[in-house]
Amino acid sequence: MTAFLVVLVIILFGVAVWQMTKIFEMSKTKQTDTGEIASDKDNKVNGYLMVMFLVFLYALAIICFWKWGDVLLPKAGSEHGSQIDNLMLISMILIFFVGILTHWLLFGFAFKYRGEKGKKAVFYADNDKLEFIWTIIPVVVLAGLIIYGLFTWTDIMNVSEEDDPLVVELYAYQFDWRARYGGDDNTLGEANVRLIEGVNQLGVDGSDPNAQDDIVVNELHLPVGRKVLFKMRSQDVLHSAYMPHFRAQMNCVPGMITQFAFTPTITTEEMRQDEAVVDKVKRINEIRRENSKELAKKGEAPLEPYEFDYLLLCNKICGINHYNMQMKIIVESQEDYEAWLAEQPNMAEVLKDQ
Amino acid sequence: MSAHAEDLAVDHHDDHGHHHEQTFITKYIFSTDHKMISKQYLITGIFMGIIGILMSVLFRMQIAWPEEPFTIFEIFLGKWAEGGVMDPSVYLALVTIHGTIMVFFVLTAGLSGTFSNLLIPLQIGARDMASGFLNMVSYWLFFISSVVMVCSLFVEAGPASAGWTVYPPLSALPQAIPGSGAGMTLWLVSLAIFIASSLLGSLNYIVTTLNLRTKGMSMTRLPLTIWAFFITAIIGVVSFPVLLSAALMLIMDRSFGTSFFLSDIYIAGEVLHNQGGSPVLFEHLFWFLGHPEVYIVILPAMGIVSEVMATNSRKPIFGYRAMVASILAIAFLSTIVWGHHMFVSGMNPFLGSVFTFTTLLIAIPSAVKAFNWITTIWKGNLQMNTAMLFSIAFVSTFITGGLTGIILGDSALDINVHDTYFVIAHFHLVMGISAVYGLLAGVYHWFPKMFEGRLMNKNLGYIHFWITAIGAYGIFFPMHFVGMAGLPRRYYTNTNFPYFDDLADINVVITIFAIITAAAQVVFLYNFFHSIFYGKIGPKNPWKSNTLEWTAEVKHIHGNWDGPIPHVYRWSYDYSKLNKDETDYVIPGQDYIPQNIPLKENEEELNH
Repeated sequence: MTAFLVVLVIILFGVAVWQMTKIFEMSKTKQTDTGEIASDKDNKVNGYLMVMFLVFLYALAIICFWKWGDVLLPKAGSEHGSQIDNLMLISMILIFFVGILTHWLLFGFAFKYRGEKGKKAVFYADNDKLEFIWTIIPVVVLAGLIIYGLFTWTDIMNVSEEDDPLVVELYAYQFDWRARYGGDDNTLGEANVRLIEGVNQLGVDGSDPNAQDDIVVNELHLPVGRKVLFKMRSQDVLHSAYMPHFRAQMNCVPGMITQFAFTPTITTEEMRQDEAVVDKVKRINEIRRENSKELAKKGEAPLEPYEFDYLLLCNKICGINHYNMQMKIIVESQEDYEAWLAEQPNMAEVLKDQ
Repeated sequence: MSAHAEDLAVDHHDDHGHHHEQTFITKYIFSTDHKMISKQYLITGIFMGIIGILMSVLFRMQIAWPEEPFTIFEIFLGKWAEGGVMDPSVYLALVTIHGTIMVFFVLTAGLSGTFSNLLIPLQIGARDMASGFLNMVSYWLFFISSVVMVCSLFVEAGPASAGWTVYPPLSALPQAIPGSGAGMTLWLVSLAIFIASSLLGSLNYIVTTLNLRTKGMSMTRLPLTIWAFFITAIIGVVSFPVLLSAALMLIMDRSFGTSFFLSDIYIAGEVLHNQGGSPVLFEHLFWFLGHPEVYIVILPAMGIVSEVMATNSRKPIFGYRAMVASILAIAFLSTIVWGHHMFVSGMNPFLGSVFTFTTLLIAIPSAVKAFNWITTIWKGNLQMNTAMLFSIAFVSTFITGGLTGIILGDSALDINVHDTYFVIAHFHLVMGISAVYGLLAGVYHWFPKMFEGRLMNKNLGYIHFWITAIGAYGIFFPMHFVGMAGLPRRYYTNTNFPYFDDLADINVVITIFAIITAAAQVVFLYNFFHSIFYGKIGPKNPWKSNTLEWTAEVKHIHGNWDGPIPHVYRWSYDYSKLNKDETDYVIPGQDYIPQNIPLKENEEELNH
């Protein structure tokens, strides 16, 4: 496919150059002072090119959707995610409608009204009614979008304590993540970077009773269907906890605790069965097999086959290894989650061992 | 006010006879003549642009072929690309300096600096800027800041690499990233000098526009270029000082142990003493400039496009008053939308709601402008000069990029596309490519004014335009898909995430388009420099334009007009205006009426 795209690019480039040389030849004859000012021929050629450009733009959009429509994120794995996806879809339809229409007008007019000697332009300086119309239409449409957007936003960002969310701390440092669970009391113990020492990597206050049952892990497990309230902290510089499959993101800021909450709705296993994800994984594995062949020629180890997992990525430039700061997220049933959690040592045990 | 300007002008004219001989140094280097200063700005901007674009080609190659060593990397990057393999730290440095150079040095100074200087005096009918000396100082500060920025590329530990937004603590702590050592210090020094330059320039533009308009040139008769430059200068004066304060506080945090932006940090095995500062404060201060900055970049381009479009459509700009009103509305709103860069920064979600509201409001004047441009070319007699082509393409990229702004400005939608390639695609189209188109349109259109009547080669111009127009969309349209697939920006390589493996070929396509587009700029550079010396000399008013600059002398003289300054009797958009009987144009056989032509008996008076 890469080869095809390269060829496509070369062809388009070739067409452009060919058209240019045509223009070049066409207007070469004149040697007068006004030779560098657009002539009727230039107007005509460029007028036609304007239409071709419009076709190019539409074709580009279609090719992109046809070739790469499937790289987009699969359906949202969280409750609010589907709300965001809906709003996104509505906004996208609106954008494409306006974009297609305005471009059709813009390049259509550029072609239709290309200059000719003797043609008269229309002196048309003002029309209050017209201008009122195209002020009020965006006002109304945007008002709708704003209201819908704000309701969604408030809904996502306002976490009510009544939901009894599972509290999890996401702790970012150069260049990895840790997660801390509140343990049996679902309350995180106090922590401060000044207390970082040895195994106490997160600076948890060992004297805080709430901290005793805290559990620190480097793989995030979440029970499906329960609201999770993430408390983000950073140890050194700005990071951003980005969980694209859950449509979730929040910066981790040293010196303050930020938060974001969502309810995972699809377990990792279910997501792996999802049609779009199955296709995507298949495609990725094909690519990886191809790449492995290349590697084999060079005598290097082949790439591991890929299996879908939810991801937590760093999405705020944080240093040299910013490009490889990730943590696996596993969404599972309440029982599996509890079983997993029970195996993890809590803070009291960890600090005692020290 | 105008009368006063006229007195000055007359005085000026009187001592016009005794010209003193200009030496090379006073004419080309320490010149106080606005025309020469504008050329200095342009050529410095072009030079910086070459560096910025080359950098983007290098890091695009890295993204497309992450495992491949390239000799070209070793040639340009030396010790940071031994064996042709790019170092991750220099990748971050490249994206950082690319952003800094393009935003500040090319699109702020290169665009606004060039055309405000060239056009404000010429189009309002003034002999020069209000203060030629300050104008000269402004350019030379810009030059020094460019030199410092270029020098920072050569320091031992590498140039600034914390992103062009230089968020602390990353930018404050050399332990966090090597580029935050001497490289970052030079970056901050360079920017501080740049801000001083920008402020001096802006104050000059404001004063000149308010005080030195010729007789009859009321504010409502100003060409839209001048309106745009004028308002841009005001935005600059309002917002740049805030960046200076942020830069100063960052310098203090870095060098003098203060804690404006730092708190609770454990890095490289030790706890820092800093307590109580907040990186979010820096983000607020940065974007209080940073967002108006994108309008500082785009408004001059809008002004240029409005002017070029009306002239080449042989039609008045549609809805002049609405155009002015929307510039004012954009300027006002631009200062209260900065928070939309910070929806997920940890600031209060309620603030997010407020900023969503103001941000989507700004779409309204922008939409009005787009519709007005489209209506301007409707039923025109379009002269497809290169400048006109770039103006039409400007409207296209402005619409495309502006529409995706509706997504990013919506806090709920921003959550998932924030800091992904979707953002890159959005802002490159709406303010990067669009502003570059505005700049290029301006260069092609006013080249004869800058270089004493010489015109640029139109066929090379057409080649340059069409490859650039296709290439720009080829780069940035597919990039939206990369962003919506969830790929974060500023990743040195994506190979650590098998999940993103299927994005590799999109990245290859984008890079190929980027290389082609960058290569097409060589055509422009050749055309530009060749035409300076060998371009054909066209008519005095080659585009048959109404504005005053075309009545000024072709040869560059001190004071612009050899005789008295022309007076103005009409607005600048009387193209294809018919006489009262609608039998012919007001001036028979000529479809334009320059601003200095008094009202004729056979024409209807408009409100301008």
